[in-house]
Amino acid sequence: MTAAALSPGRSNLHRFLSGYGQEIVVLLSIVALFVVVGAINHRFLSDTNINSIFAGNAYIAIAAIGMSMVIIAGHIDVSVGALIGVIATIAGTLAVSGYPIWVAWTVPILFAIAVNAGVGTLVAYTRIPSIVVTLGMLSILKGGLISATAGEWISNLPPEFMIAQMRPFGIPSAVWFMVALTIIASLFLRYTDFGRSIYAVGGNMEAARAAGINPERTVIGVFALHGLFAGIAGILFATQLQVIQSTVPPNLELTVITASVIGGVSILGGTGTVIGSTLAAILFACIGSALIFLNVSAYWLRAVLGLMILATVLADMARRRRAK
Amino acid sequence: MTVAKLFRHETILAILTVIAMIVLASLSDKFFTLDNLLNQGRLMAEVGLISLAMTFVIVTGGIDLSVGSILGLTAILLGVFWHNVGLPLPAAILLAMVCGTFAGWVNGLIITRFSVPPLIATLATLALYRGLAEGISEARSVRGYPEWFFFFGQGEVLGVPFQLWVMGIATLIAAAILGLTPFGRATYAIGANEVAARFSGIRVDATKLWIYTASGFCAALAAVIFVSRVTTTRSDMGTGLELDAITAVVLGGTSIFGGRGTIIGTALGLILIQALKNGLALSGVKGDGTIVVIGLVLIGAILVGALFDRNRGG
Repeated sequence: MTAAALSPGRSNLHRFLSGYGQEIVVLLSIVALFVVVGAINHRFLSDTNINSIFAGNAYIAIAAIGMSMVIIAGHIDVSVGALIGVIATIAGTLAVSGYPIWVAWTVPILFAIAVNAGVGTLVAYTRIPSIVVTLGMLSILKGGLISATAGEWISNLPPEFMIAQMRPFGIPSAVWFMVALTIIASLFLRYTDFGRSIYAVGGNMEAARAAGINPERTVIGVFALHGLFAGIAGILFATQLQVIQSTVPPNLELTVITASVIGGVSILGGTGTVIGSTLAAILFACIGSALIFLNVSAYWLRAVLGLMILATVLADMARRRRAK
Repeated sequence: MTVAKLFRHETILAILTVIAMIVLASLSDKFFTLDNLLNQGRLMAEVGLISLAMTFVIVTGGIDLSVGSILGLTAILLGVFWHNVGLPLPAAILLAMVCGTFAGWVNGLIITRFSVPPLIATLATLALYRGLAEGISEARSVRGYPEWFFFFGQGEVLGVPFQLWVMGIATLIAAAILGLTPFGRATYAIGANEVAARFSGIRVDATKLWIYTASGFCAALAAVIFVSRVTTTRSDMGTGLELDAITAVVLGGTSIFGGRGTIIGTALGLILIQALKNGLALSGVKGDGTIVVIGLVLIGAILVGALFDRNRGG
């Protein structure tokens, strides 16, 4: 959602297109990728591959929903990858230690909400930039995880714990979660007072305060919500394979931030949608898979991601300059 | 701002460092030996060089997250130029360092020419440069460097590790530039108020471009020392180094909002972190436990700094 989406006096279609420009670009890229790569290698379109693209990366899209809210509010979180690693390990440990399954699912999520609410409180009241607080949190979570587990894998997970592998109505539950949470979060951001206050705080904090919003409370709330989404993402991540590796998934925070930014969330805060970030997460997954099917070495994946972030950010800045 | 105020944080930090050293020395009798201290200096030099340039970057109000990746890319290029392309090793070293410096210049260009916030620009190049290192190397390491090359990372001059000399000289140069030259004053002015600096005729963009280029150069220099010290190149070298450098700089009293900070502070921050890492390891805390302590120290230091600022009525 950009300022153009709110400006009156344009046709509905034009308003829609300009409001969701980035989202449409990402969606078209996904379609184009499927058509082109599918034409070159039919196996790209096989059920197993499409299944692995969507179900295997849904947790990234879900984490990107929370990250998008944080970035819309004008902040950032570089510790989300470490947090997801910690959540997965706590969940797995609880599950194999004989606690009820619902405990193994909910306790780690509550933990994630508490950690991020703490981060949000520090950011909101001490005015320490979120990048610094979350850098510190990254060290704490990562170091804590490795020293607590010594890198030992958790296996023999009870089958009823594996929520990501369940398939209600033939579709992996991770995909259900991704779709449902994206819709809920979109509606929440657009139609609730709290959702709109996130845009207001990210756009101009003092103006938001003057308009009667409590920016501190909004920032804490956003980080807590981000914790909720990271928690759900962590549970799905923990239950998608038969073992939990008890490590921080490499580059996860980068992938999540990239998904938000490419999906149209301006890194300067104030604009963006979670539909865009979910589409961007899917686009990445497609690109990663496409590289394999096009026989491009997977070693180049990160360079491609880096180029994509850079191109998107440069385009974002150019668009802002034109808008001025 | 008076000199006394400027040095207040550094004084507190120096006292903290001394206390930490005394405590660590009492915990382990191996800590306060000349051998151990010199060896720690050796380990500190790579992060140290990067932290010096990072101080300038953060004083301008910017940040450079890509330094660890530049280090990795330079290391890989050094290996590839020598091993795969077949250049003589000195030429390979020089060329790799030119590439690393160029990577820093590209950061500066993206930040100044396209007004991309430094956090985002260098987050993107963090991925890009590391990605290039991974793509070029295909996860193969290069070994078998000639004996003379190991001097940079393992050699000694007058009983002191070579890179500690490099680090010492670089610290003096950086302190002189930041503290005594018009360039240093421009750096502070940009961080304090960029628009005002621009209107006072300071060449803001040129200054920033120099600083990010220098950041790339320091990372490239650190890469050569790193490769020489560990005798091999791998594409994951220097991962997370940016966090260590930023921690040292911020712990050293440089304001993350820009406009304030000193090289002495950064040097003290570096020493404190290295002492903590080493001392805790010697007293039996496992390697990963020390990361937790450093994270806590980082947040604690900034928290204290923020409280001080508030009390000053800032």
